[in-house]
Amino acid sequence: MNQSEFVNIITPFKDRVYRLAKRLLISNEEAEDATQEVMVRLWKNKNKLESYSSVEALAMTITKNYCLDQLKSKRATEMRLVHSNYSDREPGLQQQAEDRDSWEWAEKLMNKLPEQQRLILQMRDVEQYDFEEIAKIMDMNESAVRVALSRARKMMREELTKMHSYGIKRN
Amino acid sequence: MELREIEILLDKYFDAETSVAEENQLKMYFSSSNVAPHLEQYRSMFGYFAQAGRQRFEKTIPLKTKKRYVGWLSVAASVVIAFGVFTFINKEPQEDLGTFDDPEIALRETQKALNLLSNNVNKGVNSINYLEEYENSRKTIFKK
Repeated sequence: MNQSEFVNIITPFKDRVYRLAKRLLISNEEAEDATQEVMVRLWKNKNKLESYSSVEALAMTITKNYCLDQLKSKRATEMRLVHSNYSDREPGLQQQAEDRDSWEWAEKLMNKLPEQQRLILQMRDVEQYDFEEIAKIMDMNESAVRVALSRARKMMREELTKMHSYGIKRN
Repeated sequence: MELREIEILLDKYFDAETSVAEENQLKMYFSSSNVAPHLEQYRSMFGYFAQAGRQRFEKTIPLKTKKRYVGWLSVAASVVIAFGVFTFINKEPQEDLGTFDDPEIALRETQKALNLLSNNVNKGVNSINYLEEYENSRKTIFKK
């Protein structure tokens, strides 16, 4: 496999890898580094890629494991970085400022969820994977994925309702 | 879409029973401008999900073809080592430092060299005498 063939394989899902990494690591820079790392790992194993039924699922699994390892080692060294780049947005989105504010709130709420629920919510509600794929990536069975997803969504609902009734969103 | 239908879908959604297509219906509904007031709080969540899916990875991926480079590096290193060993083996024996024909002069020169050496050694020994003085005074003080 040469370089351009490899690039053709990873192009459809490299953004998803980045978004999953960002969901766990929060920081843009760390997510970019993680994405590069994952792609380099795939490249090093390029000869084995054909034996996998879905390279995308493999990439997502590697990303998940790599990012969880990163978080673990960060915790072990007691380095708690406070990320302040929530305000980072894609340019060119012609949306109302009010929408952006409320999206930031939703993002903060989502990033407060436990890692496993965050991963599953990301893969389902942002990336729209089906349960079978998520179960494979997470190495869980489908009903366990459903339970975790339902828990994550209900947690979001609870927080959003709380926020809504306090009127924080409307200030 | 009927509000009642949306409410049913939402209940299914929170129980993780909806299909991807049904979830897209929800996203569509909440991106529209006529969201029912009592469902308003979910608008930011569905809006955020849609927006989060638009983030892109902009950096390049470093796919170095490192292996070939490393191979050539080892070739270069072995050439350097071979060259070094070769020159070391072929090195000329050290050049002649000269000698004396007359044994008298040889003796004198040797003595001169040894004298120089011992003088320098004595220089160091002299300063040890100071230490002896310290030792003497220490003894006189601490005996009393």
